[in-house]
Amino acid sequence: MARTLKLRIWRGSDQDGALQDVTVEANSGEVVLDIIHRVQATQMGDLAVRWNCKAGKCGSCSMEINGKPRLACMTQVSAYAEDEVITITPLRAFPVIKDLVTDVSFNYKKALEVRAYEHPADLAPGEARMEQIDVERSQEFRKCIECFLCQNTCHVIRDHEENKKSFAGPRFFIRLAELDMHPLDTLRNRKQSAQEEHGLGMCNITKCCTEVCPEHIRITDNAIIPMKERVVDVKYDPLRWLGSVIRKREGIL
Amino acid sequence: MTEQIERHKYDIVVIGAGGAGLRAAVEAREAGLSVAIVCKSLFGKAHTVMAEGGAAASMGNVNDNDNWMVHFRDTMRGGKFLNHYRMAELHAKEAPDRIWELETWGALFDRTKEGKISQRNFGGHEYPRLAHVGDRTGLELIRTMQQRIVALQQKDGRDFGDPEKNIRVFAEVTITEILKEKGKIAGAYGYRRENGEEVLFEAPAVVIATGGVGKTFKITSNSWEGTGDGHALALKAGANLVDMEFLQFHPTGMVWPLSVKGILVTESVRGEGGILTNSLGERFMFKYIPDVFKDKYADNEAEADRWYVDQDNNRRPPELLPRDEVARAINSEVKAGRGTEHGGVFLDVSKRLSAEIIKKRLPSMWHQFYELAGVDITKEAMEVGPTCHYVMGGVEVDPDSAAAVGVDGLFAAGEVAGGMHGSNRLGGNSLTDLLVFGRRAGMGAVAYVKSHGENPVSQSTLEKAAARIEAPFSRVGGENAYSLHQELQEITHNLVGIIRTGAELTEAIKEIAEIRKRSANISVTGDRKFNPGFHLAFDLDNMLLVAESTAKSALLREESRGGHTRDDFPGMNSTWRQVNHISSFDGEKVNIKSQPLPVLPKELFDLFDVHELEKYMTPEEISKGGSN
Repeated sequence: MARTLKLRIWRGSDQDGALQDVTVEANSGEVVLDIIHRVQATQMGDLAVRWNCKAGKCGSCSMEINGKPRLACMTQVSAYAEDEVITITPLRAFPVIKDLVTDVSFNYKKALEVRAYEHPADLAPGEARMEQIDVERSQEFRKCIECFLCQNTCHVIRDHEENKKSFAGPRFFIRLAELDMHPLDTLRNRKQSAQEEHGLGMCNITKCCTEVCPEHIRITDNAIIPMKERVVDVKYDPLRWLGSVIRKREGIL
Repeated sequence: MTEQIERHKYDIVVIGAGGAGLRAAVEAREAGLSVAIVCKSLFGKAHTVMAEGGAAASMGNVNDNDNWMVHFRDTMRGGKFLNHYRMAELHAKEAPDRIWELETWGALFDRTKEGKISQRNFGGHEYPRLAHVGDRTGLELIRTMQQRIVALQQKDGRDFGDPEKNIRVFAEVTITEILKEKGKIAGAYGYRRENGEEVLFEAPAVVIATGGVGKTFKITSNSWEGTGDGHALALKAGANLVDMEFLQFHPTGMVWPLSVKGILVTESVRGEGGILTNSLGERFMFKYIPDVFKDKYADNEAEADRWYVDQDNNRRPPELLPRDEVARAINSEVKAGRGTEHGGVFLDVSKRLSAEIIKKRLPSMWHQFYELAGVDITKEAMEVGPTCHYVMGGVEVDPDSAAAVGVDGLFAAGEVAGGMHGSNRLGGNSLTDLLVFGRRAGMGAVAYVKSHGENPVSQSTLEKAAARIEAPFSRVGGENAYSLHQELQEITHNLVGIIRTGAELTEAIKEIAEIRKRSANISVTGDRKFNPGFHLAFDLDNMLLVAESTAKSALLREESRGGHTRDDFPGMNSTWRQVNHISSFDGEKVNIKSQPLPVLPKELFDLFDVHELEKYMTPEEISKGGSN
């Protein structure tokens, strides 16, 4: 055992919880999730934590470590100073079920609100031809592991419970952008729907989501800003506005 | 007390929300039936997301010599001809359609210059065959299917006003028992992990798609979910497991730092040109090409290197041998004292590819090593060693319908089903296995429900299932589930691992039985609310049955083949190829019997050069030339 760690771990729910001090051994090369598992196996058999792959690929072990939204499996213990107390708390934007586990069902509800991909009716399976460069834009967003750290850190959600109803959050803005840039998707009103149905306008581009993304997806620069710009283009360019009115009237849009 | 239990009624219950479970659910819903999808994790987190390299399908986009027959041959060779021929045949024939279908649901695979789905090389596949998205193909597959489910829910929302009316995901629910009435499937019983509250699903058909058993072992690439639940549930419901001795140790898991030991390093690293060397700097794989593969693999560096530019006139580099061969080779090098500081060997891709190309083709590998091990794979070699990755053995099924043999109404697909991969699975065949047989299980269950109708669960069955969940809470000061799990992992690691002997397996069987006895006295601290100690108590019970089944099957098989290596019986033996090992459960212990392997029909037999078959089959089998 290379070092002794001092931790403060959130125990309980958001109504009746408290931080609890724990002292635990840590080996070199270990990540915070390893430490939580050791606490679980030796001191707190019922400590609740969500995790799966332990390799940064599934996005289950999202939590806040010293106040920063992070994946516990990708957070090296060695990143913290010898005498530093590591405080581990559940995601703040969602209701706590128990200890480090939160109710993230908000995100699954939002997923259900984004209209699914629609394949061209006349394009048979196996017939699709796409350039690599054209699929790459959407592929960046499809890297998303749904850890919901972006949702958790976004102040529109985090600090304003009342916004949850009308605001889908960064995870679903990249889903909309992905579909918008998908070379084959036949629903052509993705940007407008982001603006009108999913609250894109409430985002004021502070880039907090991009900063916490463990997949380094450029959420703000590559998804949100381009959608915002083009929504504005359509709305304020008189020619494009007129075009969209005509298309709408003819049922094209 | 059981009156307050949460109850649901569906046509079909699918246990497991990985690739196979979701594909089965899509099929069942599209056929008009109602489906519950029950999974231990959140929706979209299943182990399928970990699949990196790709999905094998002979679309022939990169090399048009490829077709289902070549794929079938490769699969049979990889499995050392112990595969159920019909599963391998269906898989090879249907895989391309299953991949193209994903594209119609929004999947975005990497492309060739002509704009088709790109395909990459992989161990044991004669041509570039794996459809892929960088090295995160599994994520693409599961997300596509997840979004397909959402699409079906949106349609139900428009048609019925309730998106969850006919297809609903029950996330973070553990199934503890599959229920039967009048000898047929009647439903499933379990508890919500969030609060420990119990749930009853009534359904005349159950599809098991629970994946693997890796957590039975100490070093594994599997997540906590891989506890053999479906294997054990099926055994307890009266189904059989086939060939549980065959476990795939993936040759390249991370070995350092300790905390990530076992985490997978994708085979694509070798597919893209990565080479394996020992601590003396020797490219050792040339020493380990078995006779059956000598005509397909290069025996010198010059030819192996040329293959990357001219695949028609050179043999493949031996780094791309099937996984069992590479894992054993690495094991031998380390045992001979030629391993790295941390007990692995070196895997290096930095000398063949530029940093830019590595980051583009292997982005998550770069990320994983950089963040977890502090190694920049564009400049340095990785340290790798074998890790328990996949179980070839599983529920014995009818290949066409995925129906479990012996239990009406039970179906199984994906890793939990046995037979498809024989004694060793080829990389890339798993993802298409999920799709091909997930769909078939869905079709099989639909046909069954349409012809059989409801089969309600009786009160006494329900009460028995409920009593089992309460048991660990009623004991005080009993065994600790975490410690028992660790002890089990030590036993399997030391005695049922990559290299086995009769004496060690006998010892393992004794020790596993001992732990099983002690596990009956597990007690749980805390309450039912998201209590991992409580959850582990049930998972452990499943792992113990799996371990017993594996050790007993392994003891019987006195030869070495694929994912089963006996130090005391080192050779492959044609007589043993004619036998499957069938595990069944009598309520107390696992029993194993031998059963003849289905004989290759003549039309499939004739796809091979008879001289190749002579390496695997007995002279009598050869002279018969297949069945019918």
